[in-house]
Amino acid sequence: MKLNELTIKEAREGLKSKKFSSVELTKACLEQIKKHNKDLNAFITVTEKEALDQAKSADELISSGQDLPLLGIPIALKDLFSTKGIKTTAGSKVLENYVPQYDATVVKKIKDAGAVIVGKTNLDAWAHGSSGENSDFGPTKNPWNKEYVPGGSSSGSAVSVASDMCLAATGTDTGGSIRLPASFNNVVGLKPTYGKVSRYGIIAMASSLDSIGHFTKTVEDSEIMLSVTGGKDIMDATTLEKKHEVKPLKKMKIGIVAQYSFMGIDKNLKTLLDNADKQLKKLGANTEYISLPNTQYATACYYIIQPSEVSSNLARYDGIRYGSARQNFGDEAKRRIMLGTYTLSAGYYDAYYKKAMQVRTLIKQDFNYAFKKVDAIITPVSPTPPWKLGEKINDPLKMYLSDIFTVTANLAGIPGLSVPIGFSNGLPVGMQILGPQFSEARLFQIGYAYEQATQWYKQKPKL
Amino acid sequence: MKIDVVHVAKLANLPLKSEEKEKFEKQLSEILSYVEKLKEVNTENVEITSQVTGLENVTRKDEAKPSLSQDDALSNTKSQHNGFFKVKAILTE
Repeated sequence: MKLNELTIKEAREGLKSKKFSSVELTKACLEQIKKHNKDLNAFITVTEKEALDQAKSADELISSGQDLPLLGIPIALKDLFSTKGIKTTAGSKVLENYVPQYDATVVKKIKDAGAVIVGKTNLDAWAHGSSGENSDFGPTKNPWNKEYVPGGSSSGSAVSVASDMCLAATGTDTGGSIRLPASFNNVVGLKPTYGKVSRYGIIAMASSLDSIGHFTKTVEDSEIMLSVTGGKDIMDATTLEKKHEVKPLKKMKIGIVAQYSFMGIDKNLKTLLDNADKQLKKLGANTEYISLPNTQYATACYYIIQPSEVSSNLARYDGIRYGSARQNFGDEAKRRIMLGTYTLSAGYYDAYYKKAMQVRTLIKQDFNYAFKKVDAIITPVSPTPPWKLGEKINDPLKMYLSDIFTVTANLAGIPGLSVPIGFSNGLPVGMQILGPQFSEARLFQIGYAYEQATQWYKQKPKL
Repeated sequence: MKIDVVHVAKLANLPLKSEEKEKFEKQLSEILSYVEKLKEVNTENVEITSQVTGLENVTRKDEAKPSLSQDDALSNTKSQHNGFFKVKAILTE
């Protein structure tokens, strides 16, 4: 097995027992990036020199007996995370030459945990999109079939992990931007509870929905990453810590959403989801049908709240203090700015934003009610397997409807873990495990048991 | 639903090319028609959710702390004068 194909857990063991060095591990990742980034376009910036310096320091620390959770581990960052002295573009021409003066809290925490940063990954500009095609630096390609989208908006992060260019990568999830690309690439993606991970220094999209998470090869690695990134941060007043009780899978009830079987799910995907359901039962969990009746309004609700907050967050880009002029926004950012400006404008606020924030309450109540009956819920991540590049790009509404199963978690502030459940015509798909706010430990427990039984993560794309 | 793209773009300080207007007007009108769906929902006496984990009035002590230096703060601008950001005049005679 090549070093870059290792999981965080495996690599930590190998580094500790001196089977290989962080420099060797980092070089293996950089080599993989050099070989395949031209085709896949997963990275906007590769920080080779910095990475090798960090790897050298990590090796010294390992030799001196230091033990840190990510010591010597190569990690990629979505290019939405501010990195001191390293260009941070948000995938947009507006920030093409922007070099932040400080690190985001999560970046600082990952560095303090000993990680090696290999580069900044491609994304839909400003994290606006479900396919990766809205990047001003060209679309990222799906490593399982380069004619297909890798999912967005954290497209480069998902692809960099799936194609072994790094061991883990960070992402952001405002309406599905971690879970969707994770499912389209056969990797694990975590959208934590709102406020579990600090948003400070991460270019804001929609502030009441933004969740900061990551991509890993396994569920165990996802837990390691969260143990580093999570926690209260004085720089983000919405962060908080809460513990949730954990119980054995055999005592758990898992909910299947009754309405979702009627919501136009792809046939192959439906079969794979039924298999996952059977597998969970085999592992001892009980499954039962639950109802989330307001899901049918979730996309409409989300596409009012999110553009409203986007228009407000993107108002700061004046092209004077940093970045270039506003005409350099791409089409999708322009659409969202205009939509949000409209829905927040005088005379329309009550009919749109306020109404949507009330419907949001009803969606949240659906989950509260469901979680009185079950410990977790499983659903598809996307209604379809990955689609072809170009297929939805000229029809924004069609693109928006790909988020139907993911946006509800952001509206309710709950965590979601996307895990691989198999392949449809050679392309990966996933399910998401949803739980109450701050129940990440429970999601890891279910995801881990399922992953151990199925081992989909061992399947790799042929590059 | 029809949206006045020119007016909205002006409010958002967003320069639009003339060929963009028609495209955006069609796309945005379609999206607005879709979100009209929310009108079906009865939201009488329903509170809004703006802080989803229920936090209220999170405060900290108002203490001065080290921050970016002036040079750092200006490091990304092309528009500066004597250590200040230089902006276009907003008042005219």
